[in-house]
Amino acid sequence: MIVSHLPVLQVVVPLLAALIVAVVRSGTVSWMVTFLVSSAMPFIAFALLFQLLSSGPFTYEIGGWVAPFGIEYRVDFFTCFMLIIVSFICVVAVPYARLSIASEVSPGNQPFFYSLYLLFITGLFGIIMTGDAFNAFVFMEISSLSSYGMIAMGRDRNALVAAYQYLIIGTIGASFYVIAVGLLYIMTGTLNLVDISERLRDVESMRPVLAAFVFLFVGLGVKFALFPLHLWLPNAYAYAPCFSAAILSGTATKVSGYLLVIFIFRVFGVSFEYVTAPVISVFFFLAVLGIIIASVAAVFQDNVKRVLAYSSVAQVGYMMLGIYLANLSGLTGAIVHFFNHALIKSALFLAVGSVFYRLGDVHLRNLSGIGKQMPLTMAAFVLASVSLIGLPGTAGFVSKWYLAQGALERGMWPLVILLVFSSVIAVIYMGRILEVAYFGEPSSSSVNVREAPASMLVPLWVLALSSIYFGFDTRFSVGMASKVAETLLMGSG
Amino acid sequence: MYFPDWFIVHYSYMITIFLMVSSLYIIVMRSNMIKKLVGLNLFQTTIYLLYLSPSKITGGTVPIIMYDKPGAIYSNPLPQVLILTAIVVGVATLSVGLALVVRINEEFGTIEEDELFDGNV
Repeated sequence: MIVSHLPVLQVVVPLLAALIVAVVRSGTVSWMVTFLVSSAMPFIAFALLFQLLSSGPFTYEIGGWVAPFGIEYRVDFFTCFMLIIVSFICVVAVPYARLSIASEVSPGNQPFFYSLYLLFITGLFGIIMTGDAFNAFVFMEISSLSSYGMIAMGRDRNALVAAYQYLIIGTIGASFYVIAVGLLYIMTGTLNLVDISERLRDVESMRPVLAAFVFLFVGLGVKFALFPLHLWLPNAYAYAPCFSAAILSGTATKVSGYLLVIFIFRVFGVSFEYVTAPVISVFFFLAVLGIIIASVAAVFQDNVKRVLAYSSVAQVGYMMLGIYLANLSGLTGAIVHFFNHALIKSALFLAVGSVFYRLGDVHLRNLSGIGKQMPLTMAAFVLASVSLIGLPGTAGFVSKWYLAQGALERGMWPLVILLVFSSVIAVIYMGRILEVAYFGEPSSSSVNVREAPASMLVPLWVLALSSIYFGFDTRFSVGMASKVAETLLMGSG
Repeated sequence: MYFPDWFIVHYSYMITIFLMVSSLYIIVMRSNMIKKLVGLNLFQTTIYLLYLSPSKITGGTVPIIMYDKPGAIYSNPLPQVLILTAIVVGVATLSVGLALVVRINEEFGTIEEDELFDGNV
């Protein structure tokens, strides 16, 4: 009985829990509720995966209204893959949140923080599940509005300005998405994604469809932090509480990327040559520029969180490369990078958060010698950095390998040079941090610093080790991603 | 089609585009954070217009089925429902934005972006 309602439970459970958490007074109780709910999420995601493996893709009709009149939730391999990414990051990171948030957010605000966090994952799960273009907008705004709040709760007062700027840019992005959905609705008369893609066949060469795609790309590109549209990201990640930065970098951009991929290959797939290909190639060149510029910018940052933020922009560029290549290996590389980068970047931000918890500051000059004071935290940081750089035997290498293979299949060997080049720059900007941390003399501020508490180390190590593990055992990550890429490419013929 | 005819057919889109571009101009050019939010809200309101104007059919009536009048033309109710949702989202965004501006004013003593970024505060 309850099993048939699993798809909607994934969204409704955190939504209801957010309301409960908001009325609780105590930070610890609200954390416990959050933890319980978050640990239920992967179970639902895996239950959906097993259901999917036994019976194939299925849909869930909200309120019993048949699609395309009602809203439907679709469960296929891509949905399950994204659900597993988001729920895994959430369940691993929440134990970390208790101490980290207690030190960065005032006690009275902690229940509200957890409430925002639950609303945020509600929005993400909603975007992943829904098969309705406008419903996706509503969930996008649920997750964005709560992420503005999560950013604004940072201890630094600049967090407020960062959240305000993200609000302005993010709302314009979401509005562009609504404009695109409106134009598509005018042209096709439906909001159901499957229905839109069928009806686009008749109108694919008309100008409003092209305009819709451009609006859609720019709007989702803002949320995805594609290169020229990434300006909100460095400040938001740098001033947000470390836990928020880890969650945002791990999940929010990936889910926007997911929606973009769905629209490109599943909705506009039939009109690939007329509509999407010219627009994507413009953004492809910007993505190439973005990889170079953001990587170089990362080298010149003083704040470690900002280094990681710029590196995120470069990594989003990788995903864009895979989307542009649009062949099996390239798209597999992009989708598997959703997964790998979520693990890597969350691990890095959690490590930085542990240092912040003990030291109160993550500017590079204050980190000297921290590797001796906090050996376990920094060792996990090294593992994740190695994976970010993409040495063979790490998760980062797997995604780059597939991207490079995809580039070679299209005969675009300069892209391989670009990948190697940006990896070399990643060595420089991560190496700068490691050099200071391991070879610097402990400064007066860091000499009394102790190792981070176990509740922070365990989540950090789980993520850091899995970012290595998925470099060796790629059965799950690449297996899922290639299956997803196959079905996506079949739709775009 | 001659220009006057073309304009009459498309005038609601012209108004939408004009408002859209001017609201983006407000967002980009104003340094006052409240004025930026006004621009943002105007931008969202323009989208309501984009949705609502095509939903009106000449001679169309309220979409409640009238069995005594077969062949009656009904206006499409869906855009109105969507925009009702979008209005709620717009109000929520505006209130979060205003709350942030209040907090920024408390912390920095100014809501002018020029002053914030010049580092005078």
